[in-house]
Amino acid sequence: MIGKYALRLASLGYLAVLLVAPVGFVFWRTFEHGVGPAWDAVTTPDALHALKVTLILTAIAVPANTVFGVLCALAIVRHRYPGAGIVNAVVDLPLALSPVVAGVALLLLYGRGRWLGGHGIVFALPGMVLATIFVSLPFVVREVVPVLREIGTEQEQAAATLGASGFQTFLRVTWPAIRWATAYGVVLTTARALGEFGAVSVVSGRLVGQTESLTLYIQDRYVSFDTTGAYAAAVVLALLAMVTLILMTRLKPKEGTQ
Amino acid sequence: MAANAGTVPAAPGARRSLAPGLSIGLSTLYLSLIVLLPLAALSWRAHGWGAVSTPQAVAALRLTLGLSVAVALVNAVFGTAIAWTLVRDRFVGQGFVNALVDLPFALPTIVAGLTLLALYGPKSPVGINAAFTRWGLLLALLFVTLPFVVRTVQPVLFELDREMEDAAASLGAGRVTTFLRIILPSILPAILSGVALAFARAVGEFGAVVLISGNLPFKTEVVSVYVLGRLESNDSGGAAAASVVILLISFGVLLAIGGLRRWVTRHDR
Repeated sequence: MIGKYALRLASLGYLAVLLVAPVGFVFWRTFEHGVGPAWDAVTTPDALHALKVTLILTAIAVPANTVFGVLCALAIVRHRYPGAGIVNAVVDLPLALSPVVAGVALLLLYGRGRWLGGHGIVFALPGMVLATIFVSLPFVVREVVPVLREIGTEQEQAAATLGASGFQTFLRVTWPAIRWATAYGVVLTTARALGEFGAVSVVSGRLVGQTESLTLYIQDRYVSFDTTGAYAAAVVLALLAMVTLILMTRLKPKEGTQ
Repeated sequence: MAANAGTVPAAPGARRSLAPGLSIGLSTLYLSLIVLLPLAALSWRAHGWGAVSTPQAVAALRLTLGLSVAVALVNAVFGTAIAWTLVRDRFVGQGFVNALVDLPFALPTIVAGLTLLALYGPKSPVGINAAFTRWGLLLALLFVTLPFVVRTVQPVLFELDREMEDAAASLGAGRVTTFLRIILPSILPAILSGVALAFARAVGEFGAVVLISGNLPFKTEVVSVYVLGRLESNDSGGAAAASVVILLISFGVLLAIGGLRRWVTRHDR
């Protein structure tokens, strides 16, 4: 019995020291002198602009990766074609790869004077969009693929036999089966896109008030000894993360239940 | 039937799902533009091999790999313990703790680093200053890798048949023996695959460590920070070379996890 409580204490203690205490402390420091100073710190023009950049990046990357994710999952599960194995392996790579490496790779392809380079991609918003898409690419694919495998093709074949077109079959049979998995993937993609730092940091050029997303703004504020500004912006992102967390818990596929 | 239903060739004339050409063509094009071509450009440009054999680069690589091994070991122990607490224990607030485990996935890495620095940094209210030390790096990496082992072990532990444990206990096995002989062999593949993911994440982590590490060459400079340093010194060949090393490590870990999964499915039957 002592062993049981020792294990519980060790597990919860580890979580408390590593997660709860640091995050809680930043919240406490931010609202130490009331909501006013924190509100002032996140409504400066630079902070608002950074928030706007982050929201633009997310608003482009999430729909793009959702459409791609569903199409790619269909391609991986439903079709056999040369290169399917490579696609399947490469889709996972952004999960394991350092975001800095992703940024450098994009810089070397789309930078000025490179293979696909041109003015206004790197060190500007389009490059940051590419970086955000890169790092948040696998989530929808990874959630939809197992569901597609599990439902099989019998119902789709039945629909086709009854004269449904490919698009009708997708809309009436396939989509209802994968929509919750897609929704969960979208939540994960959004969380990653809102919080991306490394890849965006490499390709942005970090022009304050121009190519600075909220995560870059936090680092900029901290390095400039403006901890109030850094903490307040961090709390904004942490609150968004908590909303994500609640959605994740609600949408998560339950283990062992239908 | 269900197992190979996905690979049944299309009956002539029967369009089974969204036009195959569309989904294959579009997803391949997208993947090429976003992932494959940039990585090809990276490998093409990586000619500064001297950049990865300088003492500074070697020190950064050794530090990164050493830290990642430490992170993997700590996660193997505490990740399994937390998964156990969540599945086998019962206490008030368990659902909250379960949701909390996902926090490092949801929280931006720069925020994770900032919160650790606030509590365990130079202005620490508890008198611990881990800023600009390797302990700080370890702390930051443990923060961001926390969910991997918990989330891979938890479902396996949940599905585990308890009759074997009861049988072992009735035959006189102690709790430790039961764990080592009955439970551990079943959850070991899950632990290993979580540990591998945590290791890969630790090798490439940047956001969480950039503030707390101080980026002191030979002391607290990890390899992703070294890459950025090369880039800022206008040595894109060197940055690309070091990036390729990280890329190869990540790819190796992914292959290892894939191999592990295939091995487990083969031995399950």
